[in-house]
Amino acid sequence: MIRKSFWSLLGLFVASTANADWALNMPKGATDLSVETYNLHMMVFWWCVAIGVLVFGVMIISLFKHRKSQGAEPASFSHSTTAEIIWTAIPVVILLIMAVPAAETMIKLEDSRDPDISIVVTAYQWKWHYKYQDEGIEFYSSLARPSVDARRLESGVDVNNVDNYLLDVDRPLVVPKGAKVRLLLTSNDVIHSWWVPELAIKKDAIPGIVNETWFNVNEVGTYRGQCAELCGKDHGYMPVVVEVVEPEAYQAWVDTRTDGGAQLASAQN
Amino acid sequence: MTTTTVDTHAADHEHDDHGPTKGIKRWLFSTNHKDIGTMYLIFSLVMFFVGGAMAMVIRSELAIPGLQFVHPEFFNSMTTMHALIMVFGAVMPAFVGLANWMIPLMIGAPDMALPRMNNWSFWILPVAFGILLSTLLMPGGAPASGWTMYPPLVLQTGDAFPFLIFSVHLMGISSIMGSINVIVTIINMRAPDMTLLKMPMFVWTWLITAYLLIAVMPVLAGAVTMLLTDQFFGTSFFLAAGGGDPVMFQHIFWFFGHPEVYIMILPAFGVVSEIIPTFSRKKLFGHDSMVYAASCIAFLSFIVWAHHMFTVGMPLTGQLFFMFATMLIAVPTGVKIFNWVATMWRGAMTFETPMLFSLAFVFLFTIGGFSGLMLAIQPADVQYHDTYFVVAHFHYVLVPGSVFAIMAGAYYWLPKWTGHMYNEKLGKLHFWASTIFVNITFFPQHFLGLAGMPRRIPDYSVQFADFNMISSIGAFGFGLSQLIFVLVILTAWKGAKATDRVWEGSHGLEWTVPSPAPWHTFTTPPKNRIADEAFE
Repeated sequence: MIRKSFWSLLGLFVASTANADWALNMPKGATDLSVETYNLHMMVFWWCVAIGVLVFGVMIISLFKHRKSQGAEPASFSHSTTAEIIWTAIPVVILLIMAVPAAETMIKLEDSRDPDISIVVTAYQWKWHYKYQDEGIEFYSSLARPSVDARRLESGVDVNNVDNYLLDVDRPLVVPKGAKVRLLLTSNDVIHSWWVPELAIKKDAIPGIVNETWFNVNEVGTYRGQCAELCGKDHGYMPVVVEVVEPEAYQAWVDTRTDGGAQLASAQN
Repeated sequence: MTTTTVDTHAADHEHDDHGPTKGIKRWLFSTNHKDIGTMYLIFSLVMFFVGGAMAMVIRSELAIPGLQFVHPEFFNSMTTMHALIMVFGAVMPAFVGLANWMIPLMIGAPDMALPRMNNWSFWILPVAFGILLSTLLMPGGAPASGWTMYPPLVLQTGDAFPFLIFSVHLMGISSIMGSINVIVTIINMRAPDMTLLKMPMFVWTWLITAYLLIAVMPVLAGAVTMLLTDQFFGTSFFLAAGGGDPVMFQHIFWFFGHPEVYIMILPAFGVVSEIIPTFSRKKLFGHDSMVYAASCIAFLSFIVWAHHMFTVGMPLTGQLFFMFATMLIAVPTGVKIFNWVATMWRGAMTFETPMLFSLAFVFLFTIGGFSGLMLAIQPADVQYHDTYFVVAHFHYVLVPGSVFAIMAGAYYWLPKWTGHMYNEKLGKLHFWASTIFVNITFFPQHFLGLAGMPRRIPDYSVQFADFNMISSIGAFGFGLSQLIFVLVILTAWKGAKATDRVWEGSHGLEWTVPSPAPWHTFTTPPKNRIADEAFE
């Protein structure tokens, strides 16, 4: 029975990798580092599968062969220094094999030097504020209207009919493809965490502290994530959306935003 | 004066020999390790159902996307209270209950070393949880900041805030007194020829656990006291506006929190290390290396806390250190698992309920260990952190880990406690239902986490709907399955009369006393030799 459930679980996972649309696994993502992270994840996963097959295999053989109802007589051995040295040493070697690439990726993840664009991300209960440092663009980004209308108790809206329910914002973060974007994260109230799975970035936004992280997206597209640190009652309702566009389109977007900003400023004067 | 004390003591002792007092006084004023153990176990079972009911609220709300039953704030209260109650009210008291009952019996001591303190450490608990549960009725609701109580969010708690802090203090005091008792008992009251390395594994793992508790519970108390003064007395330990550091709380909390997770699993290792040899009819493989492995795990638990904080923005070298240290834990944990498998190897196994729960423990705890290893890899952890992958991981090590070991221990020693065999059919039914449903509940949560569902959210995007539904069905199945356990307990006195040995392959001093164990045992110290012979 245990064996059966084990195989069915394994089967479930194999089925999952075969069916990519049905999200069961970590996304490979859209940056070099997200692919590296995915590879690390899969490497450790397959090591675990291998160790699992071995350990559970021995155990299952034992469960079937060495049972009293099969007339098994208990052996009397109760220790073996050789065996214990072997099963201490081999895991150490396997851990080393895992540790080296993990450390290499970690070092790259932490290297946010020489960015092309720097954006200050300030978290609020329960929305994000983005400020492009050099371009002088800033705006709030909060849950999109259709989701807001549908999310309440007894809202009368079927959430299955809402596009990107809880994963859509009114104003997404817009960045160009192929640029190194550095985020400087902080918070105005409690701790939040800025997370986009496909960028393999998750970094806490903490009041009084400025955290750094970075990404460089290879493909144009819309990438969605959520706040990942419990931040109060609407923690589930502050998504992150990053719109990655061609550099020309980005420039055009910056121009309209800054013109708009200038017009707004002159209107106020 | 001295003479009077001695006389009173002697009189008490005389009185005790006639058996327990009748009625409520027996329980309120009990200094008997068996009665106190029983109270701990019953309390833990009650809390298991209270915490479980909260889990049912959580899984009902999460069954389908959209909000159906509760408001987000109440949902957060449920996740917070579920965790606090299960950790401090269900799992820890259950192990203390097992320790109270079994440690004196296993080392041949007449009782715990400090019986009055034993009474006190138990009776604090219902008060602590009474206070904690009363916050559900307070203005502003129960605590909703997660059991980790991170500031500044926790400071937004309503009237419940000081009650949360005070109840955590009480739980801590209770645990510290319980562990002092365990340590003093084990160090001073062993049968004359029971050397440290001859102690049963359950006693060993509890000795190590008790030291962990004494080391970290004051740290938690300090952390929550600082929260209290930040809130009410104008300090700024964790408030950035006053020059404090919110991350410092996380460091202090997890310096408590990581040893805490081993506090919840080491006694489980002990229970399983008692049961597997019994039903394999073979000595525990590598007893001494099991002791060293448990000690190693305990030591490492103090230097890995920041792996809970890989996204808070620590220096690179710090993260490297915590990643490597965390991965190292796999080595002693692996040794334990390999030793259990080697114990079964070429044994003569039978599969009574305690053995079934222990086998499921080895399988499913190992799966939790695998996801733990994956979580240790910092770049991958950036993806897993605060998602359902983490929820799946710690429920695998806590439910089919700690809770299954508690169940295994309860079935294993129940005949010794009641003097009757429990209903084996019901026990097996309980086992199979629990094992199947626990996997249906928690395995899909791995997929949810990897696909990008954060934890602690009351509602989610529709792409997560299928697995949430499966998980909710599993959770209700698992919850209902535990009623079978209640039935087993209620009918525990109806079965056949149990022998002293109870199990064919059992060994150790606890099996040399009659079943049910009389109110007083080992009033004169036994020879450990007796236990050795019982096993030969």
